[in-house]
Amino acid sequence: MTPGGTSGAPGVVLVTGVGRYLGAHVAARLAADPRIERVIGVDAPDSGTEFTDLLDRVERIRVDSGSLGGLLADLDVDAVVHLALVSSADPQHGGRSAMKDQNVIGTMQVLAACQRAPRLRKLVVRSSTAAYGVSFRDPAVFTEETEPREVPRGGFGRDILDIEGYVRGFRRRRSDVTATVLRFAPFIGSTADTTLTRYFAQPFVPTVFGRDPRLQFLHFDDALEVLHRSIVEDHPGTYNVAGPGVLSLSQAIRRAGRVAVPVLEPSLSGAAALARTMGFGRYGLDQVDLFVHGRVVDTTRLEQEYDFTPRSTAEAFEDFIRAHHGGVVVTRGQLAAAEQLVLDGIRQVRAAVRERAS
Amino acid sequence: MADQPGDHWDRKVANGLAFLRRRLSGDYEVDEFGFDSELTDAIFHPLLRLLYRDWFRTEVSGIEHLPVDGPALVVGNHSGTVALDALILSAALHDKHPAHRYLRLLGADLVFRMPVVSEIARKTGGTVACNPDAERLLGGGDLVGVFPEGFKGIGKLYAERYKLQRFGRGGFVSAALRTGTPIVPVAIVGGEEIYPMLADIKPLARLLKLPYFPVTPTFPWLGPLGMVPLPSKWLIEFCPPIPTAHLTDSADDPLVVFNLADQVRETIQQTLHTLLERRPDPFGP
Repeated sequence: MTPGGTSGAPGVVLVTGVGRYLGAHVAARLAADPRIERVIGVDAPDSGTEFTDLLDRVERIRVDSGSLGGLLADLDVDAVVHLALVSSADPQHGGRSAMKDQNVIGTMQVLAACQRAPRLRKLVVRSSTAAYGVSFRDPAVFTEETEPREVPRGGFGRDILDIEGYVRGFRRRRSDVTATVLRFAPFIGSTADTTLTRYFAQPFVPTVFGRDPRLQFLHFDDALEVLHRSIVEDHPGTYNVAGPGVLSLSQAIRRAGRVAVPVLEPSLSGAAALARTMGFGRYGLDQVDLFVHGRVVDTTRLEQEYDFTPRSTAEAFEDFIRAHHGGVVVTRGQLAAAEQLVLDGIRQVRAAVRERAS
Repeated sequence: MADQPGDHWDRKVANGLAFLRRRLSGDYEVDEFGFDSELTDAIFHPLLRLLYRDWFRTEVSGIEHLPVDGPALVVGNHSGTVALDALILSAALHDKHPAHRYLRLLGADLVFRMPVVSEIARKTGGTVACNPDAERLLGGGDLVGVFPEGFKGIGKLYAERYKLQRFGRGGFVSAALRTGTPIVPVAIVGGEEIYPMLADIKPLARLLKLPYFPVTPTFPWLGPLGMVPLPSKWLIEFCPPIPTAHLTDSADDPLVVFNLADQVRETIQQTLHTLLERRPDPFGP
């Protein structure tokens, strides 16, 4: 395949956000693909050295996304994978304003640089199923055409709406670039470390009273597979990426052997306080809304276009449970043993009663 | 032998314990709308069965008009101050239908705003009344139940009983047309007398953000006792299906939609009159 051609695997790929878990794994996998000549990992100047081993075949550049402009042209980049998103505010790293800077301003700058890169043929942007917002009038299952009915309260949801808006603008201005937007369900898996995996890893899990949201998860390895295919193949458009099937929150908690602690649904102002008590202070309105409304998407378009079906939500969650068996309060074995114990007890009592009667 | 497993009570106990274990370990399936068929069969339908069979003495006719498999849109009249008629209809349909099919109800968004209630609605197979959900369920071959009168139907005064209200914008018809699904009108008699609404305190309703605030002979005077429905006699009749497969292209034609909605409405209204003649005493045997 000729580098920079209109189809097939691109020669030079630039990945943003390689200082984070997802970006590092995507970049490493691209570097291992012989069809791709060069993988350049871009990262904020102040990022850590966590994934250096993983990224030994990736050329890392530590640069502000603001100065990407000249870089894309100088390096003859054919494809850009934009993964540098933050899904929750981290109080230790500037909180919500830093998060918005990174998500919204960062994406604007990456897209502005892309627009001026003459050789660019492909753009892949990470989005989220949070793009559908939350409303009580929402349909049960979102297809890619569903418009959000209400702007979400959570910062991440609002950022996602902004980001997708910028990508729409980019598509209009650079119609020669194959743009792929991937709306990911929350990641889960044996190795992924996210807000949601930390939530389910606690022995006692807070839930919203009277609400049992329907959830979908995406196995982290399947997210990598879809991202990889988006780069080496051509899949223009927007796609929901989630594990087929649904788990209700209560069901997921029970499968994980955890205990649910229902908390009264707080008023808007109390929500933040609830969020703080829910864990490490990194839960926000995004999570509260998810736990009230739930979120289920239709993945038919992905399955048809990519000819790939992610493992189901239940399977992905099972994989997570296997890796996080510490902190389990009730195991299936204990439940089965208790069932047998009670059954035997009742049989013995009944037998004794009959014997006395006869 | 009493201590041998296999006798009737032993099986019952064993099944009950296995059910509890499955529930506690999350070992059950929920569909994408949140429908939990195991919980519905084990908990909700037995409760509703007591109500529709023993309390309301419900008689069901015309069940043969429902398809054995494949989709149909069941359209009924709404009544009774609280939407108990929808639940009774779904439980009676499930029991009487030869294939024991589930009726997937479409509910107002108010239902899904309320904690607890929203989850019961979803677990028993309900979802928000909107065209994407209706079309998705019908496309999947489900029986879908809808009450186009909405709050106008259940919130009307006792004096207006069995007078069908306006059928909204006919969104249910376009959902049926788009999927080529037959419409089965159903007339339900008995729901109007369970909580006869004598007055509607509008300021209180506005204060509580409810569509109406009912005053019945027993509510709110008797407090929680006022929540007990009066034991009226119920008749449910399914009417012959109205095919729509030949109209798939007219789903966006307002005239076709309105005419079809009118036809459904007229069928239900006439069937209601016939049923009322068969039931001279609302609280008869």
